[in-house]
Amino acid sequence: MTTATPATPQKAQYGPKPYVHPYFGGFVLGIVLFLAMFLTGNGLGSSGATSRIDAAIVDAISPSHVDNNPYLLKMAGGDKNPLDDWIVPVFFGALLGGFSSGLFNRRLKFETTKGPNISVRTRWLVAFLGGVIFLYGARLARGCTSGQALTGGTTLSAGSWLIMFSIFGGAYALAYFVRKLWN
Amino acid sequence: MQFPLQSFNAVSAANPWTYVLFGLIGFAFGFTLEMSGFGNSTKLAAQFYFKELTVLKVMFTAIVTAMVLTFGAAGLGILDFSLVWVNHTYIASGIVGGLIMGVGFIVGGFCPTTSLASASTGKIDGMMFMLGGFVGAFLFGETEQYFTQWYNNAGFYGRLTLDQVFGLPVGVVVLLVVLMALFMFWGAEQLERLIGKKDMSHEPRLRLFGAGALFVGAVAVVLIGQPSLESRYAKVTFTRTVNAQEVSYSADDMLANRLVFVSPAEAFKAEYNQSMNPIYLDVRSEADYNLYHIENAVNVPLAHISEVIPTLLSEPAANSVFILISNDETAAVQAWKILVASSVPNVYVLEGGVNNWISFFAEDDPALQPNPLAGDDQLKYTFPAALGARYESCSPSPIEYENLTYDARIVLQLKRDKSGGGCG
Repeated sequence: MTTATPATPQKAQYGPKPYVHPYFGGFVLGIVLFLAMFLTGNGLGSSGATSRIDAAIVDAISPSHVDNNPYLLKMAGGDKNPLDDWIVPVFFGALLGGFSSGLFNRRLKFETTKGPNISVRTRWLVAFLGGVIFLYGARLARGCTSGQALTGGTTLSAGSWLIMFSIFGGAYALAYFVRKLWN
Repeated sequence: MQFPLQSFNAVSAANPWTYVLFGLIGFAFGFTLEMSGFGNSTKLAAQFYFKELTVLKVMFTAIVTAMVLTFGAAGLGILDFSLVWVNHTYIASGIVGGLIMGVGFIVGGFCPTTSLASASTGKIDGMMFMLGGFVGAFLFGETEQYFTQWYNNAGFYGRLTLDQVFGLPVGVVVLLVVLMALFMFWGAEQLERLIGKKDMSHEPRLRLFGAGALFVGAVAVVLIGQPSLESRYAKVTFTRTVNAQEVSYSADDMLANRLVFVSPAEAFKAEYNQSMNPIYLDVRSEADYNLYHIENAVNVPLAHISEVIPTLLSEPAANSVFILISNDETAAVQAWKILVASSVPNVYVLEGGVNNWISFFAEDDPALQPNPLAGDDQLKYTFPAALGARYESCSPSPIEYENLTYDARIVLQLKRDKSGGGCG
């Protein structure tokens, strides 16, 4: 009597669509990356925009603090607008693109993605902490997985390959110790 | 038409389309990441427990696809690879930063761009990661001053690519990376089958076709090779304003019209010009250099000029002007051709070389006697000793020579400024 359950296919029709095959996703991403480099000479990135948005906020609140900080000075000193950089439209474009894909594939939903054995609050806390740590490292390495691993890897930059292996190395080395978070 | 398009290498209010183009690139980037499942932290973290290697598959497929296309286009001469931004190599801060990123990845479950894809679809953990990111980047800005020397200098190699590291042709490196990626994909599928207990029998056959196409593409990149210096030289163009009109010159036209030859007076005055950072490259033999050279000139014999190109391309100051010096002009012109074919910006030749410099600045120096036997591009003077830059005329007095008149040849072409570092 289990045949009379048309609810399942119907649900699939309205539920989120499945993700694309990883190789297909990678292929499309590769085309996007190639076009970015081909047209503009720059690849993809995002962590630089985080830094620049920070600099813009600091510059708005306390311009004198910018003047005393050489790192911020390079981006926001004098009449420089830290947001006037190609990475900023890429950043906001990526937010919009992610949203559109979510909309198109029916995945827009307020939820928390987490391992089965931690609470939602713990997940929020470690996500926040992970963000702090990741972006600190990304600025130290002058780029994140997009700017260094993906883009730098494609252009055969020696430093970028080193960074790519360091990212995977760091994550794999710690994975065992934080397995409770994900398993 | 030469790619990348120079008008699109940075955003500019003068050209609003630049914002549109970069916005579209970002849009496609975010869309692709989300549709690949990168908005979901558990999918990302599974990579590090060998259950599901989506991260590796997507990343490396993207890298090898873009790599084959990029170096294929460069090989065919459509894309000028020397104008594509290549992240500079900083070994120390790169490794430390990479390891820290790895920690952030496994703790937070995202990397910066995937957190955008996640947050934008309503995932609260993605938003938390983004928020943390702003704090992390802020903290970096606040602490960078305590280790700025190490950060900017430790293991710095400038624009360094793997083909230079291994001494292999670019195409061969591309092929090796493709083979490595295909091997990793195979390994990843084995891991997913064994550890992730995934049923691999329904994997699309098309992926084998894709692997074959990649391999063929990489072999094609090897066979095409990269464009020769001659073919790149033939494509170089310069623009100059003549009578308020933009005129385009080929490299040979520039030489024929003597537009790249700066007089000794202009070369000397450049040192005191606040708007430029002149770098004097002496392409003569070391013996000639030791006999007499202009102060601050760096000796790079013509035979070694191509070795310093990566440094010249990454010379930090955007307003760097390179002035090539030989005894007359022959060797300097050859060096000029090599550098402009390699897309080094702002390269000029000292008119008449060192001989002309001496006749201009050291007419009355009794120590320097004319040598009538000198041939082309040889020193036309005899020197009592190899004093290098210690003759008075090697560094003429800026007070004595304050007022010099000359036809200015240097037209500063500003290089992109990447002060924000790679990835921004």
